[in-house]
Amino acid sequence: MTRKQRRLAFIGGALTVLMVAVGLSMFALRDNIVFFYSPTELQAKTLAPGTRVRIGGLVKNGTLVKSDGKQVRFVVTDTNKEIPVTYNGILPDLFREGQGVVAEGVMVNGALAADNVLAKHDEKYMPREVADALKKQGVWQETKDTAKAAERK
Amino acid sequence: MIVEIGHYALVLACALALVQAVAPIWGATRGDSALMAVARPLALTQFLFVAIAYAALTHAHLVSDFSVANVVENSHSAKPLIYKISGVWGNHEGSMLLWVLILSMCGAAVAALAARMPRDLYANALGVQGMIGAAFYLFILATSNPFARLANPPMEGADLNPILQDPGLAIHPPLLYLGYVGFSISFSFAAAALISGRIDANWARIVRPWTLAAWIFLTLGIAMGSYWAYYTLGWGGFWFWDPVENASLMPWLAGTALIHCASVMEKRDALKIWTIFLSILAFSLSLLGTFLVRSGVLTSVHAFASDPTRGVFILGILALAIGSALALFAWRASSLQGGGIFAPISREGALVLNNLLLTAACATVLVGTLYPLALEALTGEKISVGAPFFNLMMAPIAIPLFIAIPFGQQLAWKRGDLLAAAQRLLVAAIAALVAALIFFALHGGPAVPVALSALAIFVVVGAFADVAHRIAPRGFSSPNKWARAKGLPLSAWGTAIAHAGFGVSLLGIAATGWGVEKITTVKMGDVVTLGPYVVLVQDFSARNGPNYNETFARMQVRSAGAPVAEIEPSKRFYPARRMPRTEAGIATLGLGQVYVSLGEQGKDGGLDARFYWKPLVTLIWIGALIMAFGGLASVADRRLRIGVARRARNAPQGVPAE
Repeated sequence: MTRKQRRLAFIGGALTVLMVAVGLSMFALRDNIVFFYSPTELQAKTLAPGTRVRIGGLVKNGTLVKSDGKQVRFVVTDTNKEIPVTYNGILPDLFREGQGVVAEGVMVNGALAADNVLAKHDEKYMPREVADALKKQGVWQETKDTAKAAERK
Repeated sequence: MIVEIGHYALVLACALALVQAVAPIWGATRGDSALMAVARPLALTQFLFVAIAYAALTHAHLVSDFSVANVVENSHSAKPLIYKISGVWGNHEGSMLLWVLILSMCGAAVAALAARMPRDLYANALGVQGMIGAAFYLFILATSNPFARLANPPMEGADLNPILQDPGLAIHPPLLYLGYVGFSISFSFAAAALISGRIDANWARIVRPWTLAAWIFLTLGIAMGSYWAYYTLGWGGFWFWDPVENASLMPWLAGTALIHCASVMEKRDALKIWTIFLSILAFSLSLLGTFLVRSGVLTSVHAFASDPTRGVFILGILALAIGSALALFAWRASSLQGGGIFAPISREGALVLNNLLLTAACATVLVGTLYPLALEALTGEKISVGAPFFNLMMAPIAIPLFIAIPFGQQLAWKRGDLLAAAQRLLVAAIAALVAALIFFALHGGPAVPVALSALAIFVVVGAFADVAHRIAPRGFSSPNKWARAKGLPLSAWGTAIAHAGFGVSLLGIAATGWGVEKITTVKMGDVVTLGPYVVLVQDFSARNGPNYNETFARMQVRSAGAPVAEIEPSKRFYPARRMPRTEAGIATLGLGQVYVSLGEQGKDGGLDARFYWKPLVTLIWIGALIMAFGGLASVADRRLRIGVARRARNAPQGVPAE
């Protein structure tokens, strides 16, 4: 092989790998991304059965029910619309009624069967998606805590 | 007063960095040796001043000086000593100060060893280091001053986030930063080569130890972070494809590609432009990681506080550094002379394949991490790209890589023989087959973990096939095997060890498929069966720590009726921040672990808990340690030491090069 042919072989090989990688990414991205909705947005949507979604909002006060076998039920609200959530597992340390939460799973009969529930990492900050969802509903207030947090920056 | 001295020292360091950014490069273009020589004392003094600043902040944390805002927000007088020290970098301002401390340390290290390098090379490289330094000093001084005082000091501090009060935090960030910032050296040298327009194998010999050192620290830092997340977050996972984890994985992938292609350049004088490009890429991704983690665009434990001005500032540094480096690359790269040619089936060809796969993996992680941010910025739609995407994408990239590793090691430079390589790997293939049968007999079950573990054994055994062949070549009787083994260059051993470590990690990952998980409510006296072990719940109790109180469970792990370990998973509450934290109970048995983390206590006294048996799980991190050790052996190689490079190049090779 001449030098030129060799170089062409390398470039051809590299391009093939690149094409395969791009193709795979497009394919993987189409099927494996999860959209985030607030309860209001979710109720306005019609989802294909089995679509994974993330929802975010506040855990409605007085809705947390634990039954046997680790089954947990609660309601997520953005103060406008509500979505009931079921979850099988142990809730994170900072899960509280009246606090922000993000849940991921599949919608089954109007309720979210969640397999992943995330709360915030510490007492001060609201998950960003939740804060945005609440801002859309016009209920987000710069409370003392968040104002203080803003100040400390 | 000490705090003000620290602040002043940082301002002085910034001034020195500004001079260092201009004078040496100007000197190098004019051929003025006095101006070039000024780079070394500048870099050394700069390190001294940043060290003073860092020591001042540490002192404020140690004596709990609550007139300093940074101490008030992140410390508490009752906090244990080790967390007062590690708490210095457990917050945004302090961690940025650690960042520049390590940056200036890298600059000082280059300056200290500069006597053996070409003068214009180190002058230009230190000049670029000065530019990076100046940008980050300005960032700290303008937006994140750790030395800010409060007018009305409170009596007590707010304490450090409990999740960060952990020995893992004491080690993880410094290691990670040594890796991130260590890549600044290869970046600066790449920029220096582009500025001067000259690059040769000697350049690779000078730069490779620095790159390897950074890679070792990054490997250890990522492994430490992974283990820390594993035992602190209580989910028992070792990798979550969290954007913050991805931010550290990207420079690691680029850096791994870089150390491999730099070896081609060092030995064969080929792939020069690609080496330069990867040097720029590795540090650019480190900067991107810093931006993602520090700007607050992501929600995570690492996002201490989000402040738009900081994000914009780092984004500015990022754009300027990457933009000007790539512009320089586009302008000057064509002036670099290409080197040796090689056949596609050769050591060089294998290393090109390695680079292709690693950069493809890196691009995948980049897409998966940035796509949600881009989509939200463009359309306002919020998505998350999680484990399913990355697992699907990584498998077709990682599996060919693992298969190719042992083959690549057997191929000769310039032109290799794939058949001969396959013959030498026969032992490894047989070992893999036997291992697959043994694992299947032990665990049965799904094919994926069995196949992956067989692949892992193939990589581990295959890693040493090259070394074995060089000690005792087939068809030759070699009576003095020991002498031959000792005579092999350390870098050959380093390669074998590091690749074996990669295989060991894969074995640990494959074994997660055989794990047992149970989520259940337990009461005193309950027994939970977990694979080969039985966990007996003995009692629940409470106690007080220095700055927390905890409820914990005493559990006994039994095997065949006999107790083998005691564990105490607990739930801690930190009153200063009114935050709980779960402390998992872990018993290491052989290479596996029994892992228990507690949930809520119900009204009837039952306690929710997750129980895991994770066979071979420790291999994931042990593998990383082995990789780092292999890297260390390579760094220690005599031929890589600066100054002996020329002698080694002229000396006849001790081992037949085939």
